[in-house]
Amino acid sequence: MEAFGLLLHGFAVLLTWKTLVLMMVGLVLGIFVGVLPGLGGPNGVAILLPLTFTMDPTSAIVMLSCIYWGALFGGAITSILFNIPGEAWSVATTFDGYPMAQQGRAAEALTAAFTSSFIGSLVAVLLITFLAPMISSFALKFGPPEFFAVYLLTFCSFVGLGREAKHKTVISMSLGLLLAGVGMDTVSGNLRMTFGSSELLRGINFLVAVIGLFGISEILLTMEERLALRGHAASISLRVVLSVWKDLPKYWVTLVRSSFIGCWLGITPGGAIAASFMGYNLAKRFAKDPESFGKGRIEGVFAPETAAHASGTSALLPMLALGIPGSGTAAILLGGLMVWGLNPGPLLFVEHKDFVWGLIASMYLGNVVGLVLVLTTVPIFASILRVPFAAVAPMIVVSCAIGAYAIQNAMFDIWLMLGFGVVGYVFKKIGIPLAPFTLALVLGNRAEDAFRLSMIGAGGNLKVFWSNGLVGSITTLAIVLLFWPVIDRLLRCVGWPRRAKPAA
Amino acid sequence: MSQTDLEIVVDDPTTPEDDSPSVVSSGTIEIFVCLLLLALAATLGYDNWRTGASWDSTGPEPGYFPFYLSVILGGGSLYGLIAAFVAHRAASESFVTRAQARRVMAVFVPTLLFCLVMQFLGLYVASFLLIAGFMRLVGKIALWKSLLTAFLFTAIMFVTFDIAFDVIMPKGPLEAAFGH
Repeated sequence: MEAFGLLLHGFAVLLTWKTLVLMMVGLVLGIFVGVLPGLGGPNGVAILLPLTFTMDPTSAIVMLSCIYWGALFGGAITSILFNIPGEAWSVATTFDGYPMAQQGRAAEALTAAFTSSFIGSLVAVLLITFLAPMISSFALKFGPPEFFAVYLLTFCSFVGLGREAKHKTVISMSLGLLLAGVGMDTVSGNLRMTFGSSELLRGINFLVAVIGLFGISEILLTMEERLALRGHAASISLRVVLSVWKDLPKYWVTLVRSSFIGCWLGITPGGAIAASFMGYNLAKRFAKDPESFGKGRIEGVFAPETAAHASGTSALLPMLALGIPGSGTAAILLGGLMVWGLNPGPLLFVEHKDFVWGLIASMYLGNVVGLVLVLTTVPIFASILRVPFAAVAPMIVVSCAIGAYAIQNAMFDIWLMLGFGVVGYVFKKIGIPLAPFTLALVLGNRAEDAFRLSMIGAGGNLKVFWSNGLVGSITTLAIVLLFWPVIDRLLRCVGWPRRAKPAA
Repeated sequence: MSQTDLEIVVDDPTTPEDDSPSVVSSGTIEIFVCLLLLALAATLGYDNWRTGASWDSTGPEPGYFPFYLSVILGGGSLYGLIAAFVAHRAASESFVTRAQARRVMAVFVPTLLFCLVMQFLGLYVASFLLIAGFMRLVGKIALWKSLLTAFLFTAIMFVTFDIAFDVIMPKGPLEAAFGH
């Protein structure tokens, strides 16, 4: 129960007026960002990150994580009222959420969405509270080979389990790792890949790349589409909220199943998108009357929202415990940690207790405050969509520029941001995934250092990655995952597992 | 139960037409990107090989890790190139239609100008010009609304970043005239 005491300490850190105000500001900004077309969780966090540079790390992470929760809540508003998923993981929410709004049950659908987001996050936060300290204290025994093996596992599972074409994931990841190496080499002090440019000496900043890749490119993509909207306005009355909550126990199986799926896919890099679809499909398959899904069934909102939020939240677990982000947004938060001068990894739990437990406590508090806030202010936020995109787009561009410049006070970074904006636009259109790139860019240097340190320690013998049971099994697992598609096909060829042919 | 009959309707007068002709196919862009990546992999690979990509007495040289990454990147893009060529024979979907390209350029060109103007006039003046100009010229929003929105937004940014949070942005002659 040590975790419980530390958690209480975390709440004590949080309960000051300043942090509570920051929390509210973060949540409002987050919902705003989630509702606006062309912006979402990772973009919002990346663009608003510069606001936090002058804060102490605890206030900064509280505000940023609240922006993240807010954006998660906000995504549901547009899915249900306008049939426009603000995020890819809200797509499944539109299946039943929008029909409900059409039937005049928008308030019910919104309450269901917010409540299940809250439940999903809560389950994931509980998991983080008790599991993260255990994993991190276990990981304290890790040496460079173990760390490299864990990085390798992360990269390989992206390639092997990702749904994109394998070579595109490989391209995206190796490009990210390469760009991470630009500039001064931390081990030898040599310059690498700078081609005599003094601007490249500093290296390519992760956050500048993220602002370009997600912010600028998203604006370009949004402009391509039709921007006209037709949607339902809704305000939520207390009576509706209570009637939805009264029915909650009836759906406990769905909620538990979706939370479980979400947590599992959040920790492994399956992601919130996969989780929301899986949650929805399983709820449909186990239902007595599957054909009623898609016509405005409340369970069809509960299932994907719970899973998406459980996954979005539990993606922070590996980030806190091991310094390995489980999602794009977690990677940006990790980039933030480095800006504030914290060193991500298992030592975080030992060296920065206030920070870690403040963050975990803010997840509980942020979700409660967010739920209340979002239930009471939906009409205001829904009307944000009336603001024409021609006014929103240049403001987002300006915010991106401020963000990119503020990181290192370099004009060169503005151009870098623009360049990454174009790269992000083209990559998205030809299906090269950006998440592996982001992950590789933020982990690149540490993965390389871990590799080189283990090589130096072992005198250049690759056997060091199989030198004990722990590191050996992680490395082997990584390689199995890398070749999983091939292995899966081979297993099927020899007829194992003997699955019944799917009924037509 | 609630006022769901209220509808929010936002129109988009400049919606790109659906039947606009395609400018370039995705396959062509994919081939182009793979070629660029291949060239990048070769350049970076050469640079790292020059830095030293083998082993010395203390362990791997600085170029070792990135050199092999360039090899992987090169391999991936080569595979992508071949795959794109094979798929290109079949009908390829459109990368961007003419109407879409026009809209994307309508954001990209002002953003480019914004970055350029920022070098001389500072971030805040450039922001004002970008927002007011974009709203007026691209969004066809009334001039006074555009100017007011641009001024308010820029002013809020200035107060938030330069004054409240001490995040210093690039400035130009206008701010200098006011002593900032």
